[in-house]
Amino acid sequence: MNLSSEIPLQYMLVLSTLVFFIGLVSIIIRRNLITMLMGIELMLNAVNINFVAFNHYLFPNRLEGHFFTMIIIAIAAAEAAVAIALIINIYRKVGTVSVDDIEELKY
Amino acid sequence: MDFSFTILILALPLFSFALLGLTSKSLKADLAGYAGTTSLLVITVLSYLAAWRYFGGGDAEAGFGTTIAMNYLWLNFTDTLQIHIGILLDSLSIMMLVVITTVSLMVHIYSLGYMKGEKGFQRYYAFLSLFTFSMLGLVVATNIFQMYIFWELVGVSSYLLIGFYYERPSAVAASKKAFIVTRFADLGFLIGILMLSFSTGTFDFDALTSPTGPVISQPAGSLFMGLSVTTWAMLFIFMGGAGKSAMFPLHIWLPDAMEGPTPVSALIHAATMVVAGVYLVARLFPIYAMSAPEALDVISYIGSFTSLFAAVIACTQLDIKRVLAYSTLSQIGYMMVALGVSGYGGEAGLGYMASLFHLFTHAFFKALLFLGAGSVIHAVHSNMMTDMGGLRKYMPVTHVTFLIACLTIAGLPPLSGFFSKDEILVAAFEHNKIIFAVQWLVAGITAFYMFRLYFNIFWNRTPEYHHAPHESPVTMTLPLSFLAVASVFAGFVPFHELVTSDGKAFETSFHVLVALPSIAVALVGIGLAYIMYFKQNERPTKLAASISGIYTAAFHKFYIDEIYIFITKGIIFQFISRPVAWFDRHIVDGTMNLIGNTTVAASVVIRRLQSGKVQLYIWFFASGVLLLTLYMLLQ
Repeated sequence: MNLSSEIPLQYMLVLSTLVFFIGLVSIIIRRNLITMLMGIELMLNAVNINFVAFNHYLFPNRLEGHFFTMIIIAIAAAEAAVAIALIINIYRKVGTVSVDDIEELKY
Repeated sequence: MDFSFTILILALPLFSFALLGLTSKSLKADLAGYAGTTSLLVITVLSYLAAWRYFGGGDAEAGFGTTIAMNYLWLNFTDTLQIHIGILLDSLSIMMLVVITTVSLMVHIYSLGYMKGEKGFQRYYAFLSLFTFSMLGLVVATNIFQMYIFWELVGVSSYLLIGFYYERPSAVAASKKAFIVTRFADLGFLIGILMLSFSTGTFDFDALTSPTGPVISQPAGSLFMGLSVTTWAMLFIFMGGAGKSAMFPLHIWLPDAMEGPTPVSALIHAATMVVAGVYLVARLFPIYAMSAPEALDVISYIGSFTSLFAAVIACTQLDIKRVLAYSTLSQIGYMMVALGVSGYGGEAGLGYMASLFHLFTHAFFKALLFLGAGSVIHAVHSNMMTDMGGLRKYMPVTHVTFLIACLTIAGLPPLSGFFSKDEILVAAFEHNKIIFAVQWLVAGITAFYMFRLYFNIFWNRTPEYHHAPHESPVTMTLPLSFLAVASVFAGFVPFHELVTSDGKAFETSFHVLVALPSIAVALVGIGLAYIMYFKQNERPTKLAASISGIYTAAFHKFYIDEIYIFITKGIIFQFISRPVAWFDRHIVDGTMNLIGNTTVAASVVIRRLQSGKVQLYIWFFASGVLLLTLYMLLQ
């Protein structure tokens, strides 16, 4: 089945934009570190959608977009592991995962 | 001839200084004293060996040459700016080696008794070794820069030893005064060195003083205020020498330096270090004589004035060490006069020979006087003449040796002082009659104040002693006896064959016309002192009252110290240092503070951005990206 004949590229871009901004807003307004991490994952996935969509619609015979997506997914996994490790350590030290309470490193 | 062993003469005292200085209190006091004395005994023997080889191997008729025993390239800045460190042996430096090691050895032995039981005995010997090392390094310097380095080192040693009793505020003040005054003079020395070597392109004594070398034979360069560059350079160099040798008006540190232990005064402030200025002028004498005769005139006038000035003050002082200090000033004045009136080469160089001859004999009899005074102070526990008297009964050896020294310095034949002083008077007589007259008068004053000292210590009234004074131990009387013998016989050393301006021997003749008046004036001086001080009487006080103006002025050392205080505190501090300090504190520091304060104020404002709220950062970042995107879209 060929998606391109039924769903135009703009739909994909609108979707990725929405996902991206949902991620951005969740980073900015949510106080919980885990939720902020989820927001970052959302932003990364928005980029993934863009890559795959452009690859499929503009250069159907090539695969660079797909490979980039693979790499981003792999790196996102690693990044999530590191971030969660950091969050656990912060929790052990400070006793909270609320970003408002973690502000020692100012000035 | 192999002179490479002379390196040991420098190495041993340095080693001994390092050993005694580092082990310090962990070494037993006696052991430290013996170690220092032994090392000095060895270098004394080595110096005599060097002298014997040098004078024995050379030919007096042909002239003694210069031997470079060692010359090591020490600092290699550029191809032209190189500083060597080495050992230069000629008749002058060999003579100085002998004088320094002999007097230093005597002082080392003497100190075993004099300093016994003092706190810091090991430190004392370490400093003595340091001084001996520096002084020997100074006299064997192959170039003027090496000399300058060791020159400063003797200054440091002198500072350390004057301030040996550092718990006494007066000793601390005296050591600071000595250091600052000589350091100020050394500034002139450094300027002189730089001027001289800038115009000549060399530091090396051999190249500088060779009469046929480029330095002397080249025509005088550009003139400044009527004098050539060389003359100015030599005048500045003499300023360094005048500081070290305590010539007027830089003499103020020497009387105060008597705060140090008495053997130190004998070694440093009578026999060796203070004659470094004379040595300096003698070392550079060919330049003075041939390229800078005006500087020589200045030297002779300053020397002559200092000798008269100091002799007058010496007549009024009550502290016996201060009398001797002023006497030292006066005698160094003699040496400077002799250099100042001398010419170069052969008979004309009589003054040069006489100056070094006097340096040689003076080292012995003045060291003897100081050590004798130390022996007296050791027995009486006071420096004041008023606390002494009648000591001849208690201290026979000190009495006899002191008398010999007084007779020697008064210049009575056949003691050594007569010969050297006579040569100086002859040289002055042939050159400048006024200077001769002054020096002749000073010879009489010298005899007077020395015998005033002698009669007041050993005769006159006997005060009530708390416990009877006793003769000093043998470690102290032995050096006294040795130096007394040296003072008697040093005059028979044929100096005119050994140490002359061009290294060649010349004939000296006996001038009855000069010798007889000088003996006469010395006898008059002794006679006056006998009348006034042999028995307690009213004459000295009456005389002092009748010339109270001059007496008071001389007693207060002609108010030179007060003038210095006025100039430094009243003028320099008030009108130069204060404004400069104000400028520094308010303008220079103010500019820097303004820059700093502005930065601080700015950062106080900016740091509000660093709130620690991560989400705020993200918000700034995201907004920035959005704004940039909008900007690019709208373009």
